[in-house]
Amino acid sequence: MRYLPHTEDDIRLMLDQIGVGSISDLFGSIPASLRLDRPLDLPPALSEPELIRELGRLADANRQNEYSRFVGAGIYDHFAPAMVDHILLRSEFYTAYTPYQPEVSQGTLQAIFEYQSLISLLMEMEITNASMYDGATGCAEAALMARRIGRKRKRVLIARSVHPEFRRVTATYLANDPDDLVDVDVDAHGRVDPADLESKLDEQTACLIVGHPNYFGVLEDLDALAGSVHDAKALFVVTFSEPLAFGLLHGPGRSGADIVAGEGQSFLGAMNYGGPSLGIFSTKDKYVRQMPGRVCGMTEDADGRRGFVLTLSTREQHIRREKATSNICTNQGLCALSATVFLSLMGKQGLRRLAALNLSKAEYLKARIRELSGYALEHDGPTFNEFVIRCERKPAADIHRALYEKKILAGVKLKDDYPEFGSHLLVNVTETHGREDIDRLVRALDEA
Amino acid sequence: MSVPEDLKYSRDHEWVLIEGNIATVGVTDHAQAQLGDVVFIELPEEEDDVTKGESFGTVESTKAVADLYAPASGVVIEVNNDLLDNPETVNQDPYGDAWMIKIEISDEVDLENLMDAETYERFIEEAE
Repeated sequence: MRYLPHTEDDIRLMLDQIGVGSISDLFGSIPASLRLDRPLDLPPALSEPELIRELGRLADANRQNEYSRFVGAGIYDHFAPAMVDHILLRSEFYTAYTPYQPEVSQGTLQAIFEYQSLISLLMEMEITNASMYDGATGCAEAALMARRIGRKRKRVLIARSVHPEFRRVTATYLANDPDDLVDVDVDAHGRVDPADLESKLDEQTACLIVGHPNYFGVLEDLDALAGSVHDAKALFVVTFSEPLAFGLLHGPGRSGADIVAGEGQSFLGAMNYGGPSLGIFSTKDKYVRQMPGRVCGMTEDADGRRGFVLTLSTREQHIRREKATSNICTNQGLCALSATVFLSLMGKQGLRRLAALNLSKAEYLKARIRELSGYALEHDGPTFNEFVIRCERKPAADIHRALYEKKILAGVKLKDDYPEFGSHLLVNVTETHGREDIDRLVRALDEA
Repeated sequence: MSVPEDLKYSRDHEWVLIEGNIATVGVTDHAQAQLGDVVFIELPEEEDDVTKGESFGTVESTKAVADLYAPASGVVIEVNNDLLDNPETVNQDPYGDAWMIKIEISDEVDLENLMDAETYERFIEEAE
């Protein structure tokens, strides 16, 4: 796809063709009082060297590289090989609009198909869509999908350990049926409380939504949860914000997940102030017609040559209008491509080794925290690369501030989302942290 | 185009077989021909309530998804679940094996607007 500017002659020709004198005439139906009659209030244009200097000045205002960062909580600090950007920035791919027309977009469509295939393998699910906007909207769409499949079953149970932003977006999507969204408690291990779950599962339940790893970094007992949920004839929805965990863990599909919806930013590298992100969404074949979003399929043309096309479009908004399965008629094309390049570069073994590196570094920090007086690990459940520290000597906010002054970002304070965790920090360790970074964090905690 | 004499027809191209207060519902030969190859069907469950004029399910072909509209209000007493596994039956035998649901009608007044075979045939011709 190319950007094609118009010459004065092009513009004249188009105006003449439709019988309009000037471009401003096109806005004639807007009352003059509503139209801006002066130039926009912008600084004068810069020359190229001036512009580069200005952008450099703005870039230098970024402080992130001065800080040692242990912040995850949904967006993770991972390294992306230079190859990812190299492929991403090719003009065929780098467009604001994802071109889906099979006649001109075989490359894009094949990339989407490969994305779907890679994610299906990783999640051990039968089918994956072309992606959603992000993990939070994917979670909300999973809730709506479970309600469609459940027919009369409309109640969505959601673990309090699911990412708070996922829960808030889901509540927004269900704003007209607030009684249909019910929280399930978390036990002392940091996992879904089985007793509370059993008391809430009934013939009204459409699904249970859990996080895995959950927001506290803890891994859920998916097999047991799937058993309880399926005994109640409800659907089991697994969300996540750290898909790298599945480099080591088996996919949620193997435990019986009916829908998997999560955030794929970990496979994109860049954090970019929290976006753009990638909504991963997978399900079982039998639910494909209730699945939101687009799907790319592989087929053959009239001459028997392999080709890629969007499929099952009959249920999308441009055809079914208000009766469409969902409102999403697009995908995160570039982010899905980025994840595809990343996963194919890593390969099965590479992803496993990267995940193992995350786990062992996080376990190293856990071991050091255990030795530290005045700090404790809040949960004894197994974790991946993130976990909750309880600060016993002074409030978490004070410790967070003290470390910030030493240019260490010591995770996320949980108090705002979880009042019961008033003195707790959610801390993340990835492959980007060296041993000396982790030791410096531990020393700073000890001195705080 | 086959339009059996013993059935009633709706403007949404459904046929209705009326036996006492039980209405058996399917889509017409004309409807299946217009849709093309049917690949998927969604039907309600037994004991579901249906409302005259509102959607009770969908028929999906390779080119479109069409709603099924209830010709009368009532309770679904039987569902042809075999159809879900063999949607192509709609193309092969629309008035026989491809019946969809049986409704216990709550008010027979609902049936008064249905067309007889002759009227339905004219209705199709006019639409074309």
